[in-house]
Amino acid sequence: MFKNLLNKTEFLVGLTLVVMSLIIGIINPAFFSIANLFDILRSATVIGIFAMGVLIVIISGGVDVSFTAIGIFGLYVTVKLLKAWQFEGSVVVALAIAGAIGLVLGLINGFFISRFKLPTLIVTLGTSALFQGFMLFFIGSDYIRDIPAGMAKFSMANLVTITQVDGSKSNLHAGVLILVAAAIIVFIMLKYTMLGRGIYALGGSRESAERAGFNIRKIEFTIYGFVGLLSGIAGVTFGSLMRQANPFSIVGTELDVIAAVVLGGASITGGRGSVVGALLGVLLITVMNNSLILLGIPSDWQKAVVGIILIIGTGLPAIQNRQAERRMNATLAE
Amino acid sequence: MIEKETNPQNDGTAISHKEPLFWGFGQIKFDRNFLLLLAITIIIFVVMSFLKPKVYPTSQNINSMAFQLSEVGILTIGMMFAMLIGGIDLSVNATANLAAIVSGLTMIKLMPGGLTEGPMGLYILLALIIGISIGALCGLINGILIAYVGIPAILATLGTMTLFTGLAVGITKGSAVYGFPEPFLYPGNGFFLGIPIPFIIFILLATIAFIILERTSLGFRIYMLGTNPKASKFSGVNNRSVIIKTHIITGIMSAVAGLVILSRTNSANADYGRSYVLVTILTAVLGGVAVSGGFGRIWSVVLAIFSLQQLSTGFNMLLFQFKGSNFFRDFAWGILLLLVMVINYYQSKGKQKFSFRKKPPLT
Repeated sequence: MFKNLLNKTEFLVGLTLVVMSLIIGIINPAFFSIANLFDILRSATVIGIFAMGVLIVIISGGVDVSFTAIGIFGLYVTVKLLKAWQFEGSVVVALAIAGAIGLVLGLINGFFISRFKLPTLIVTLGTSALFQGFMLFFIGSDYIRDIPAGMAKFSMANLVTITQVDGSKSNLHAGVLILVAAAIIVFIMLKYTMLGRGIYALGGSRESAERAGFNIRKIEFTIYGFVGLLSGIAGVTFGSLMRQANPFSIVGTELDVIAAVVLGGASITGGRGSVVGALLGVLLITVMNNSLILLGIPSDWQKAVVGIILIIGTGLPAIQNRQAERRMNATLAE
Repeated sequence: MIEKETNPQNDGTAISHKEPLFWGFGQIKFDRNFLLLLAITIIIFVVMSFLKPKVYPTSQNINSMAFQLSEVGILTIGMMFAMLIGGIDLSVNATANLAAIVSGLTMIKLMPGGLTEGPMGLYILLALIIGISIGALCGLINGILIAYVGIPAILATLGTMTLFTGLAVGITKGSAVYGFPEPFLYPGNGFFLGIPIPFIIFILLATIAFIILERTSLGFRIYMLGTNPKASKFSGVNNRSVIIKTHIITGIMSAVAGLVILSRTNSANADYGRSYVLVTILTAVLGGVAVSGGFGRIWSVVLAIFSLQQLSTGFNMLLFQFKGSNFFRDFAWGILLLLVMVINYYQSKGKQKFSFRKKPPLT
């Protein structure tokens, strides 16, 4: 049974995270302070929400790079709308509007991918440029610093506030609730619904899934629409946390999210992956980005270190795959 | 789009590489895609000249466009190689920047203060060789990760892109490298026989790519591997060797692009050209390169490069009074990419193309 556990990628990722945390913590005990842990959770929130959507896409065998463009589009348009209406109410309205916008944009992705059977990477590359270009040219490219009241109030919504010995306060932001909600929804979707089965099947083998009777088109539409929805929500969360709407932000971080999901055990060719793994991957990437400096690695070299970890993190499963294939082929050989 | 002749015995054996792949052996082969792109290029030129007769068809503008398209053009040639074998290379821009930075630092270290005596030519040559070697090395790393470790191309080049950019940032501490000797700046900004030198370099590299792809056995093997890796393996092609060689070529192309940029802008930094990767993929797809590999001809891609440059300059001119014509251009690129893919879809439906690929296309 222990061997079984060792083979599960999620376990390995979790182990890596624990080991890395221990190492960092030993070198610099400040890592384990409540303030730092809250910090890590806060940084991980937006990436985490995006990652839940990207996870679904990757399990289905696709790659989406437009989710950041959808996120910022949702944030920017929502902020502009709410300011135009002088809306002062709850942030939930902002989240809903952004979610709806994201849903529509995601369905556009779904349309091109499922109707014309186009490669997902290229389609989302195109729509990413499309959405961002459209937003910047037709809607506006100015930096908005005074966000609607609801969002501003939300940016200060803290679940837990701890006052340190020296009087400084550390807060756990309520945004984590959104992440937790998203994670639960995606978890239930993947594990307990036919849609989830269909997503795994589609990622494993499109043809087999079709033959088994899954409605691939409907699944694809749903996947990309849902990712859009989550991305819109992530965008507004980001805007609230940052207390501004900068139309040039978020885009450019796609590869961080994809890396997190892949490191968490999702296979890029599809058919494998889990919410737990993705969350662990997000934590791993966040800890790396936040805490390498605590290890004494100068910030100039951090990106290179992340690159090496990425290569190792994708190389090891690849080598494992090869060995497994070789073993399988050896037994099947005449 | 492009048709390959099957072995006339039609018994599934590989074509001996003495048979011409495309008709018209010896001269520029004309296929429908090429003619279509030629028409598009000419039409865009005519329309733009009509809309802006005073600025567009001037030699000044044409030269400016020639300068601009060369950088991305060379990168696109590199990307094309990576896509032809069914993969992709997200690290082309990072490789270009890294090569430029290392090469530039070499020049600065060897020639502090820009001395102008004898060894300078030698030093510049050394720096160029170092730059290109970095590109080849980066390509080799990509090739090994993809061919021997078995990481899918997107992920492998995603990792190396992060690594190379990270190395570039680490070396330069985030700031730009600048201040290079006069003679080095000449190729990036000068003319030869009235033609901008970067453009000459670009056409030269395109010609070399043409020779490799359509006149050598390596090129043949590249197309075979891209069309069907399993079949090519059973036909005796050493897939791994082809993958490595292809990525080395891509790395070298990226490095040359980086050096051209270095020469033209007199600076190198880790952050240059962030949107270039998207543009190269768009251009390649526009030029007829199939994302799943195996199809795509260099001169069609060259025409695609011309067309997109014309569009870019055109948008700039037309929307010049609105701020941010760049944003409209990105928007247009997105629509264009989708449009081209949809048109390809309807075309291939009309031809009932069968694909016997075992692994799914590169998503």
